Amino acid sequence: MALRQTFTQWLFRFGQDEHLPVVLTQRRIFIMPTGAGVLYAIVLITMLIGAINYNLSLGHALVFLLAGLGLVAMVHTFRNLLGLCITPGRAEPVFAGETAHFTLHVENPWRHARRVLELAIGKNPPVTLDIPAGEQASIAIPCATVRRGRLDPGRVTLASRYPLGFFRAWSYPHPPLSCLVYPKPLNEPLPPASSGWEAAGRRGRSGQEDFSGLRERQPNDSPRHIAWKAAARDIDRPLLVKQFDGGAAEELWLDWAAITHSRDSEMRLSLLTGWVLAAEREQYRYGLRLPGCVIAPDCGPPHRDACLEALALHV
Amino acid sequence: MVAVVTTLPHIENLPGWLSLVCGMALFARAWLWLRNGRLPRWWLLAPLVLAGAAGIAWQYHSMFGRDPGIALLVFFMAFKPMEMTTRRDGMVIIMLGFFLLLTHYFDTEGIAAGFWILASATLLTAALLRMYGGAQPIPGVFRYSALLIAQALPFALILFLLFPRVEGPLWGMPQDTYTGLSGLTEQMSPGSLNNLILSHDIAFGVQFETDMPGRSQLYWRGPVLDSYDGRTWRTSLTSNPHSGNKPVTIETTGEARIGYTIILEAHNRRWLLALDLPVELPEGATLTPTFVTRSRMPIRFRTRFTFRSVPDYVVNREEAPHILQQAVRLPLRLNPRTRELAESWQRELTDPEQISAAALRFFREEKFSYTLNPPQLGANAVDEFLFDTRQGFCEHYAGAYVTLMRAAGIPARVVIGYQGGELNPVDGYLKVRQSDAHAWSEIWLEGKGWKRVDPTASIAPSRIEQGIEAALPESDSLPALTRFDGGWLLRLRYRWEAVNNTWDLWVLGYNPERQLETLSLLGMEDPDWRSMVSAMMLASGIALFLIVCWTFFRRTKFAPEVRIWRRLCARLERFGIRRAPWEGPLDLAARVARERPDIAPLINRAASHFAELRYGTGPLEHSREHLHALRDCVKEFASLNLHHSLRH
Repeated sequence: MALRQTFTQWLFRFGQDEHLPVVLTQRRIFIMPTGAGVLYAIVLITMLIGAINYNLSLGHALVFLLAGLGLVAMVHTFRNLLGLCITPGRAEPVFAGETAHFTLHVENPWRHARRVLELAIGKNPPVTLDIPAGEQASIAIPCATVRRGRLDPGRVTLASRYPLGFFRAWSYPHPPLSCLVYPKPLNEPLPPASSGWEAAGRRGRSGQEDFSGLRERQPNDSPRHIAWKAAARDIDRPLLVKQFDGGAAEELWLDWAAITHSRDSEMRLSLLTGWVLAAEREQYRYGLRLPGCVIAPDCGPPHRDACLEALALHV
Repeated sequence: MVAVVTTLPHIENLPGWLSLVCGMALFARAWLWLRNGRLPRWWLLAPLVLAGAAGIAWQYHSMFGRDPGIALLVFFMAFKPMEMTTRRDGMVIIMLGFFLLLTHYFDTEGIAAGFWILASATLLTAALLRMYGGAQPIPGVFRYSALLIAQALPFALILFLLFPRVEGPLWGMPQDTYTGLSGLTEQMSPGSLNNLILSHDIAFGVQFETDMPGRSQLYWRGPVLDSYDGRTWRTSLTSNPHSGNKPVTIETTGEARIGYTIILEAHNRRWLLALDLPVELPEGATLTPTFVTRSRMPIRFRTRFTFRSVPDYVVNREEAPHILQQAVRLPLRLNPRTRELAESWQRELTDPEQISAAALRFFREEKFSYTLNPPQLGANAVDEFLFDTRQGFCEHYAGAYVTLMRAAGIPARVVIGYQGGELNPVDGYLKVRQSDAHAWSEIWLEGKGWKRVDPTASIAPSRIEQGIEAALPESDSLPALTRFDGGWLLRLRYRWEAVNNTWDLWVLGYNPERQLETLSLLGMEDPDWRSMVSAMMLASGIALFLIVCWTFFRRTKFAPEVRIWRRLCARLERFGIRRAPWEGPLDLAARVARERPDIAPLINRAASHFAELRYGTGPLEHSREHLHALRDCVKEFASLNLHHSLRH
């Protein structure tokens, strides 16, 4: 078994690719007949026997032509993968249990179009891709996630049965791919005031209640705060957001230690993730306190992402 | 579409009801497809298919064998699209299609059928391409599938030439294989030759090695008929190989030898048609006591035979008594007037040759005419023909002549076969058609052996000299092609037939012997199957290699500036700087400036030239200067590179 593994390892050249872009050379492309190809061979043999039995000279010719077609199809299937250059792209972080999408940029520097390339990671359903001659295409390959943390999906299977489906050529490019997987969020109410709130000491939505004026919209602003009425009055002006008083002073601490010990650590992380999302939704200023990691209170997507990353990578 | 193309050629050979049902099924499927309708459920289809299969079994009285097999395949082909939902179903249809293509060649093997292979294979391939390649423009699909087929052709040629051929059949074939073969039979009754003469089918082709003898010498000897019951001439048992027979003794009287090869169409009989009289027979053939060449097996495929014949001969000066007895036997009480006439000649003339001459003179001088539509004859057929109707063609004349001779006590018999043929001046190939079927006679003379007498030559010499079309009055109907006025149309036809002969010889007649011949011509000494297989592998390997090479050399050339830039980046790696895939030229130059200030100015220059060439908006005429500058940068960098490596 170990021997076989070593053999497969050697044959398929498993292991991450150092050089980028990954170029599919003939050494990295493997080819085997498919079920349809085997069926085709059986049909051809039957036809050959028939042609011999009935002395059909044209029958021979037909069988030989089709046999040649099979060989040519093999070369063409191989050619459909040969010379592709693969560069990894980025993958948007997802929550555990969701499907991560790894982007690959596949370049076809050759003079023929590539059709129906199937890309898959592990046992995930493949996605197909066509690349015209001399062009580049990007594709997001789905990969189911289970656990939080940094997901290394391993090698990608790039396969093709085009043109005739008698053969399947495949390759195992292994570009460095990585995706941040946040813990699966638990939807529970935010922590009670006594444990979570500092400074203001009261729970409320004061930060969004006292309207204090308008300012120009920043990219991070929630669309809920846009002054739609003002925007409707004058279309040419940039969008304005309503500003509220009081919110700045209140800080919500989401604290690992404050969660009862009856829950295991993964559960706690999930709970904290849910809180981060809820706090962000509510536009609170919130901070995160994990063992060995403290993130000062703030608000907005970059802050949320920093918190989520800390939760994802918590050891 | 695939279904239609592969089933279509079979329509004419299938029973009418089946064609109708299949046509309707295909039409219904096309209609559903156009209307995007739902496919019928299995409980509707299953009884239909079962009923169809039962119908085929009833029609052919069997489910097995060639014809019902083809019928079933066609039937399935027509119905399978009804439940085609997955790619797998599509694959099954295409495989069925390939198989049906093969069965098509049971019936036709002409040049058109050859091109049909290519066309239909291209179509099936295109269907596969569509199935595995998703939606694409149709012309592109056909171009690609034609390319695939074109690349497959060399393999087809190699395999065709070198694949060790095996002579079929591999197993016993059902009787239905040889139905529908036309040709001579071993008997002659009124009208039997007539039907044959109206057929334009080819009986055999001849390639002469030596000079072709005159047309009047071209008697292709078929069965010898020596038994007469008043209506039908048959081959008697006495002419079969028999212990009492003497071996055939042929004394040649002339110098001439005629060597020739016959390409005989399948007629499912054992006799071969040799020119009178063969002295060298093909392997495995024997000469019967009546000088008919017989092969060991019935001729079931187009086969080549090589002969050598002598036109001038004396054969069987001594003849076995039972053969002579059989050759004077006549049905009693029939044809009294004929007997009377013959006996009168016998009384007046003592020499059998004079009696024969008298008979021929009788044919010539009385008002006999040559026609393919003679009146019907009654019980005393010969009497009626000789004295009343006096219209007939070779079978009447040969029969009447032999009857006269026998009545006069001279051993005589009827020979049927072919006379003449049509010479193609383009390739010197003589084509003998069923319409060249002929009947003549031979008589045995004491001390002179068997001598051919053709009474038809006395009535219609042009039949022998020029062929059937010249002998017949205009009113007689003959196949359209037989009568021809000549001119360019005739030349065209000759040329077409020459092409056809080549096709017959090289494609259809490519059997194990022909393969051996061809391979020794190609320089293979004593080819056996092992050397053939290795040659086949080698040649296919070379072809495959060439195609792979084609694959490799059709890559795109990068634009020159990209090529130069890549070279520069590769050199840069020796300095420990690797360009990240996303890094643009200016970013890279900035990084070089930080990490290796010593080479920064050079790289910066190169990067700005490259950026200008690649992304710049400057005037096009400057691009050449930029390119030169970029190239200079790389050269300069290379020399720098050299110093760098020398220092280390």
